[in-house]
Amino acid sequence: MSEPGRVITYADAGVEALREEMRRDDSIVYIGQGIGPRGGNFRQTRGLWKEFGDDRLRDTGICELGATGVAIGAAMAGTRTIVDEVFLDFALEAITQIVQQAANISYMSNGKIKAPVLIRGAMGSVRSAGAHHSHTFYNWFANTPGLKVVLPATPYDLKGLFKSALREPGPVVFVEHKSLYNTKGAVPEEEYLIPLGDARIVREGKDLTIVAMSRMVDLAAKAAASLAQEGISAEVIDPRTIVPLDRKKITDSIKKTGRLVVIDESPSSCSFAAELLAIAVEDCFDELRSIPKRICSLAVPNPFSPVLENQMIPSVDRIVSEVHNMMKQSGRKS
Amino acid sequence: MTERVLAEQINQDLLLKYYKKMLELRLFELKVQELYRNARLPGFVHLYVGEEAVAVGVCSNLEAGDLVFSTHRGHGHALAKGVPPGVVLAELWGKTTGCSGGRGGSMHMYAPEYGFMGTNGIVGAPIPLATGGALSAKLRKKGQVVVSFFGEGAVNSGSFHEAVNFGAVWNLPVVYVCENNLYATEMAFSRATKNTSVASRAAAYGMLGVEVDGQDVEAVDATAEAAIRRAREGGGPTLVECKTYRYVGHHEGDPGTDYRTRDEVQQWKQQDPVRLCRKRLLDHGVDEGKLQAADQEVEQLIDQAVEFAENSPEPSADSVNEHVF
Repeated sequence: MSEPGRVITYADAGVEALREEMRRDDSIVYIGQGIGPRGGNFRQTRGLWKEFGDDRLRDTGICELGATGVAIGAAMAGTRTIVDEVFLDFALEAITQIVQQAANISYMSNGKIKAPVLIRGAMGSVRSAGAHHSHTFYNWFANTPGLKVVLPATPYDLKGLFKSALREPGPVVFVEHKSLYNTKGAVPEEEYLIPLGDARIVREGKDLTIVAMSRMVDLAAKAAASLAQEGISAEVIDPRTIVPLDRKKITDSIKKTGRLVVIDESPSSCSFAAELLAIAVEDCFDELRSIPKRICSLAVPNPFSPVLENQMIPSVDRIVSEVHNMMKQSGRKS
Repeated sequence: MTERVLAEQINQDLLLKYYKKMLELRLFELKVQELYRNARLPGFVHLYVGEEAVAVGVCSNLEAGDLVFSTHRGHGHALAKGVPPGVVLAELWGKTTGCSGGRGGSMHMYAPEYGFMGTNGIVGAPIPLATGGALSAKLRKKGQVVVSFFGEGAVNSGSFHEAVNFGAVWNLPVVYVCENNLYATEMAFSRATKNTSVASRAAAYGMLGVEVDGQDVEAVDATAEAAIRRAREGGGPTLVECKTYRYVGHHEGDPGTDYRTRDEVQQWKQQDPVRLCRKRLLDHGVDEGKLQAADQEVEQLIDQAVEFAENSPEPSADSVNEHVF
């Protein structure tokens, strides 16, 4: 990022967003395990307890179902809440509350009850965390009407999106990536918000469009840089939020380049990547010059072995190689 | 002497009020049953017939701003919290004038304007929600109390355990009211758990537990009054187990006789809360004419509810996408 200014970590960008929003709105309450004096398993609430105390930083035992239900109920009653599942994997303990209660409440009540709750969790593969601590799941939530789903890839995006999510009238599933917490990026001192539903063009290009979210954005950018050296100009787009989706910015790019590659850390079947390919076919069929391609994690549980895990998740090499294959296709138009 | 007479009069007035409210719940549900059997209502319904003393005894002690989180068997709770019968029935009919505009139905009725935070299609799920409502109430410091209704079928779920544990450890202004009607769908409580005393489970959470005859509206009233006052004064939650029974099947269409004997149902009907209350009023010297007038008044209320709901408009099909977020 070219803008000057401070460089802070992804985790600290979240802490800043929380501090600013909790000061601005003194009804915000944060519920979760180890988020008080400990400052969060990923240091994602570091220092907040000191300022806001036990009433607003509410440490819980290990009981995601109860904690999430409590957060949703408080939100229904008019108190904005954040519930930290810590690992997104643990949200499954609470998924009935998220999907059946939080997501449905506005509709079921004819808009009379809103649940301004932010459900926070860290996803993804990192350093052999194994099958129970590496899931991505955002596709599931995106398939549930009533939930908004946010996937920040950089400290800058995380802060701006977090602040917007904390002003949403209803539930937001806020999915961070475990391996990004210590990554750094420029974040201005002055306040800013990033609206949900506004994709970011990470890199402009003309030969193909690469769409990627969360940690995959970095891989896509690296692949694009490598391809550029061979004279292939890739446009990289990060939707930043998959619900709502900035369909226009993505389809404009596909129409311009005629080619689409989607990088998704989830398995390909019924995935967000599959959805984007469907969108490309629905909206950009006439402009497509080659068959759209998904590059996803393999459909296996997250392996422990580093060798196997690296094999499972998309890599820069895999992206570059798939793009080579795509560019060799003769094209429907030439 | 005059004070005693006055107290007796207040007591009679209160009991008459409870009688009328319980009768409203009873006649409402019997009307729903009739409409449902005649295929007038869509969806499916779980009726509250037999359990009226619980909803009325508890909700009569609540303020307008207090909150109730209810269950799949929740029409009675909605009515007892003050939602007009026409608005509840219109919801069962899928009409725009229903409390959820026809988007909810029997198990998803919301009327926050009456402090009614919803029936619920998921057993156990409203207990954490109610506990969250109580957290909100505590933080807002406005003296609000929350009542969480659930059946004994919910108490073996993780939701119950995790929620009441939060209520206790955070000392929240919530009253957990278990309507123990002995059967979770068809499952007898004694076959589902080794400890059939719900109230005794309170000890496991360091919370007060009380058992009460759920067919006796005055007993429920007294117990609820104490628990609600305690919650309002910062004394924390109470687990109240109301021993009750549903005369009807689990849902309309279930005869409810495959898993329990007709004798058992008949025995419980001897303890019918509405009749028990009526008899008590007569014992207090209230004359039969006054009670018949009350009966007529409630019958009219239900007739008006039917008329209102039946004549209300259906939602426009174009509105299907509204209120998702």
